[in-house]
Amino acid sequence: MLLDGAREAIAGAVGARTDEVDLAPSHTAGLHTAVRTVARGRRRVGRDVVVSAVERSAVLAAAEFAAAQPWSPTPGTRVRVGVDRSGRVDLDAFRSAVATPGVGLAALQHANGEVGTLQPVDEAHEAARRAGVPLLVDAGASLGHAPLPDAWDVLAADPGDWGGPAGVAVLVTRAGVRRAPDGPDDEDRWFPGGVAVPAALSAAVALQHALATRAAADADRRALVDRIRSRVSAEVPDVEVAGDPAHRLPHVVTFSCLYVDGEALVTELDRLGFAVGSGSACTSSSLEPSHVLAAMGVLTHGNVRLALPRDVRADDVESFLDVLPGAVARVRATLGVDGL
Amino acid sequence: VIRAARVARTAAPGTVVTVLSTDPAARHDVPAWARMRGHELVEVADGPDGLVTVVVRILAPA
Repeated sequence: MLLDGAREAIAGAVGARTDEVDLAPSHTAGLHTAVRTVARGRRRVGRDVVVSAVERSAVLAAAEFAAAQPWSPTPGTRVRVGVDRSGRVDLDAFRSAVATPGVGLAALQHANGEVGTLQPVDEAHEAARRAGVPLLVDAGASLGHAPLPDAWDVLAADPGDWGGPAGVAVLVTRAGVRRAPDGPDDEDRWFPGGVAVPAALSAAVALQHALATRAAADADRRALVDRIRSRVSAEVPDVEVAGDPAHRLPHVVTFSCLYVDGEALVTELDRLGFAVGSGSACTSSSLEPSHVLAAMGVLTHGNVRLALPRDVRADDVESFLDVLPGAVARVRATLGVDGL
Repeated sequence: VIRAARVARTAAPGTVVTVLSTDPAARHDVPAWARMRGHELVEVADGPDGLVTVVVRILAPA
């Protein structure tokens, strides 16, 4: 009963029915299950899985797994659609990919968590709908930060991103989307064993709070990210600020510095009292360059990602921007790259 | 990228520089560097044992 209350509250927040909401033990598990069960449910209609090149690693991996059709003798293909320099999916290519016969499932994130760019989800969903292909929208980086589109058939979201607890995540599947479990039978068909009740309740309450206060948090942080984008571009030589400058998440900004080792810059900024991220936030255990930055064609080295918390102080942002040019210059000086 | 930039600084316009690297990031970062510096990307090729070859034509005066 308590779990149903949490599901009802989450359903209300995302514009769905309570029975369309499932609770997963993690965002990764939610994405994996979404891709696997929908691909299996639709295996007689289509075997290919279409994804953007900048999806979260969990989506890319699940799409590769599901397109191999482990439950059937004939494999399909994972079709990756490229993005432009801002990280926005090539919409014409995406439309054409989903309209190709034999597609079981398509996935397009709402926003990219690494660079903040919002994807053209409405247009992609329209193309998928016309082709009769369900669209999985990963809102893991956006729900709680940016208004959610209605244009999805399966929606995955991550309470960790709206101030909720770890150990629970949200998967919403519109009635009418065919899916089939690919594991043993359980009382919870989609996430065997279910999730912790306190985590689910706290995720639901945190989501309601995040949405109620979103507008104010959005405006404040959006202005600060604009400030960061302009000061970094103006004051740090040989830097590229990544992602769409306007059509983006309010709180994420990423930039790459030429001739800089990202880890050295992280260490230097840490010494100055600032904790920042470098490289890919979604595949942090991997030494491979970020697949998002690589797909965009921007520098994968010398990368810094900032995610502003809701209680960020403008003074702290200004202090960071004051010390950044010197920190970059010191890292470059140790590499002897002046004048290159 | 830094070694390519050192070569490019003293190279005459039109010089073709071939970068060989075992770092998988080179296939992304050498082209990105060339774009930021106004050089022309000629070719990116994968070789055996993860060796990446990136060919760049130096266009802008250093």
